[in-house]
Order: sequence, then C-alpha cells, then structure tokens
Amino acid sequence: MRRLLVANRGEIAVRIIRAARDLGISTVAVHSTADAEAPHVRLADAAVEIGPPQATKSYLVVDAILEAARSSGADAVHPGYGFLSERAAFAAAVTDAGLTFVGPDAAVIEEMGDKVRARQVARAAGVPTVPGTEDGVDDVAAAVAAAADIGYPVMLKAAAGGGGRGIRVVADEAELRSGFPAASAEAASAFGDGRMYLERFVRRARHVEVQVLGDGDDVVHLFERECSLQRRRQKMVEEATAPGIDADVRAAMTDAAVRLSREVGYRSAGTVEFLVDDDADESSDQRFFFIEMNTRIQVEHPTTELVTGVDLVAEQLRIATGEPLRLRQDDVTARGSAVEFRICAEDPDRDFLPAPGKVGRVSLPGGPWVRVDTWLEPDSQVSPFYDSLLAKVVVWGEDRETALRRSRRALAEFAVDGVATTAGMFTELLDEPWLQAGDFHTGTLEGWLGRRRAAADQGGHGS
Amino acid sequence: MPRHEVVSPIPGVFYRRPDPDSDPFATEGQNVGADDTVCLVEVMKSFHQVPAGAAGTVVEFLVENEDVVDAGQVVAIIDGAGDGG
Repeated sequence: MRRLLVANRGEIAVRIIRAARDLGISTVAVHSTADAEAPHVRLADAAVEIGPPQATKSYLVVDAILEAARSSGADAVHPGYGFLSERAAFAAAVTDAGLTFVGPDAAVIEEMGDKVRARQVARAAGVPTVPGTEDGVDDVAAAVAAAADIGYPVMLKAAAGGGGRGIRVVADEAELRSGFPAASAEAASAFGDGRMYLERFVRRARHVEVQVLGDGDDVVHLFERECSLQRRRQKMVEEATAPGIDADVRAAMTDAAVRLSREVGYRSAGTVEFLVDDDADESSDQRFFFIEMNTRIQVEHPTTELVTGVDLVAEQLRIATGEPLRLRQDDVTARGSAVEFRICAEDPDRDFLPAPGKVGRVSLPGGPWVRVDTWLEPDSQVSPFYDSLLAKVVVWGEDRETALRRSRRALAEFAVDGVATTAGMFTELLDEPWLQAGDFHTGTLEGWLGRRRAAADQGGHGS
Repeated sequence: MPRHEVVSPIPGVFYRRPDPDSDPFATEGQNVGADDTVCLVEVMKSFHQVPAGAAGTVVEFLVENEDVVDAGQVVAIIDGAGDGG
C-alpha cells in the first residue's frame, strides 16, 4: 500500500490520514464542493472533488470515488464509518477495480449486515442471542408456548412491522393471553399481517461492545466499551472499559466476540455489540446477548486506543496490506479508564435542533491525557449537509474517577462561538451521581434529558 | 386571491417525498390543509417536515427534489382557499 484514498470526510478522514502518514503511506482526500476548504482536504497529499454538497451526489457515489482513486493513482481505499463503509457492493467494487479495501471481505460485510444471517452465525459460534421466535406466531396458544421457552417479560412485535409500531411488553402469561389478540389485530390492520414475533424483553439493558482485530486466521479482542448513554439510539458518551461488568461476564463476552469473528474469518477491525441484562441472576447463563456486528472502525474507537495503547486504524491498514496480526491476546492489556464525549452542533435546550452555521472562535481542550479528534478550526463552516459531529473529546485517567474529573476540566475548556453545541450539557451530566457510580442503562440518558427539559420549562414559567 | 409562500425554516436538502419509494406529499393542483406536510428538509441527517402553513391549492413548487435550500427560501406557493376567488 503506497497511496490510500480516504472515502470520507470530517474527523474520521483526518484521523485516517494521520494514521496513514504515521506509516509512511501517502493519502488522497475526496470532497464535495461544500468541503473544498475542509481540513481533511488540506492535510492529504492530494485531493479530488467528487460532486455537489449532497452526500447522495458525492460521498455516496461509488463510481465517483473509484474514478478519483484511478485519477490520483491510489492503490487502496479506506471507507471510514458511515457513508459506504458497510455496503458490501462498495467493498466488492473497490476490490474488482484492483484496489485494496481497508475492511473485511465483501461477503463478510454482507453476512453480518443481514440480521437473520448474523444471528445464525452467532448461534453457530455458540454466542447467545436474544431468545425469541424465528417465525411469526399468529394465535394465542402458540404465543403462550413460545413465551414459556423464551422467558418473561416478553416483547411482542408485528412480524411485518417496523419503526416501533405495535410493540408491546407483557409481564406474564395472563398479560400475554389478554394482550395478544389486540396486538395481532392491530398488526393485521396496520400491515395486513397479524403474525407476531416474540422476543425476551430486557428491562435494564446495557449496550456493551467488544473491539476485535482479525487477520483472516487469527482474532484478538481489545476489551469492551460501554455505550449505553444514548439518545434516540445515537450514542453520546462512551467509555472503555465498561464499569460495573463482572469479571466472568467480561471474560465470557470477549471470548464470544472472538469466537464469532473467527467463525466468519474476520479480517480488519470490527465491533461485536452485546446487550447486557443488568437484572439477570448472577448464576444465569443468559446475562448477555449478541445484537450485531459492525464491520468497520467506529466513532468511539479512541477510547479503546487510550486504554490499550493500540492504534486501531494503523492496525487496520497493516492488516489490509496482508500482514498477519502483530498482537497476540496476551499482548493486549487495558490500563485505566477512557471516556469519549461526542460534541455535536445541536442545541440541547431546543430538543437537539441541528445548528449549522459559521463558527467564529474555537478553543479546544488539551493538556495531559486529553485527546481531541476533530475537523473544527476557527471560521469553519458547519454544513447542513452532513452529520453534526464537531469533535470527540476523549479523556484518559488511571481510574474511572480520575478520567471523569479530568473530563470536567477538559469540557470546560471547550468553546466555540457561532453555533450551539452539546459540550455544556456534558458538564451537567458529569455532576450526576448515577453517572459517577456507573449506574445506568440504555434508557437512563433519555430519562435525564426529559427531567432536564421539564426543569427548564418550569424555570421558564416561574421567571 | 391570497398567495401563501411556503418557506423552509432551515438550510438543507429539499425532498418532495417521505422516502424514495413513496408518493410525493403534495402535487401541483392538489388541495392541502394548513397543517399538511408539503415537503421535508434534511439538515445534518435529521428530517424536518414543512407544513403548508395555509389551506388552499398548491400552485407550484419552486425547488426540485433533492435541491439545496437556504433558511427562509420560498419552496412552494399555495393559492389560499375559501374566499371564492
């Protein structure tokens, strides 16, 4: 690999260009007309304009990216995250053009991108999946029989449905018997199909994911990240490693991630996502379940880098060139604790309204054990065309308490003029005892945001 | 006859349909209510519905599907109804 085209923009394009440069690989940026002045364009050795601002006409156009690779003499393509990163057809097109795709094989992307197929692979590898029915159930007796195997509480979902419509949770058999007919009738009228899926409902679920690196033969894990602090399924704060996870659960979960990755001959960096059931009995063998595998580098990868000292993007590049893994499992250790805050151009006081616009002054945090991955600079234009991520403030500490205390200092140093950001809200969040205690699940942040908004509304009326 | 201008409140990408496989929210010549959505504007990967703002007949759309719009830009014209004009 001599010349790498980065098929992305924003902070991740900057991140990848830096890793390539550290390895002595020259880089090619691609950009829309809106990003002509962007830092990833300036940092790369060459840049190619690939279309108008809309991503569907630029960053998502496979032919434009392949043409840019050809005209710039690139011999490899890194897709970053988002955009084309998990499209098997893109990976295949890159390879068919005679270029190296920095990521797993197209067939693996396709396999893990198909939810049903991914669950089958997990089960084949002996990795627990959320107990549930494989096919739709259309009468009460069959539902009761299925629920007895699955275990209560059970979630009912319309087999033909989507978008959360028709989902209900039943606590026991009596509720299932009384609730099933209405749920099925509702599904029949909404979707023309009354069949229902049944699935174990996890009341207090944590989202924990295991980072893996594979070279096609061998796979190692780099411990886990806790990613439960979400709003509308978007992660806002992540940490490595996960607080409050029992040593035996961690061992079983990391082992499961490695087994699953080996099962598909995984080659590159990847993430295996699990749901951890906080209410499960300690003796239960159902304390975590496989959700899905992300076949790309993730936004929150720096937290793992800070605790393990491994440059995941550099390892991705090395693996893509055909090098075997340089790490054995025993070489990977996690030291201390790292937290990432996603600072977005959104106004937390106006229901996270996107806040594009021109930035004035920019003051980024720094100092010991504070890393900022960003594309932001003074006078940057925050475009309405792309996601709202401005910067990732990632903070390491020798223990979690130190990392959180240092985070407060770092976030207080973050200042941009001209656009609203989520930075200030995170300093409030750090005051919460439940956050400091690591006592939260996937619903906790939205609950807190709801209370925060109610308090602000009340304050507004009182003044 | 009162002409009502439908204005995009935000900058972004303009869409006539809720998703690529669906029918347009409204077509020229169609009657709409004031609260009916006539288009979407995508800003930073979030989609904002733009209501007609006045009841009446859609006279024309001034923007093509997937075009870029600015905040405050007029995207459609409604011919106000109900006055016999």
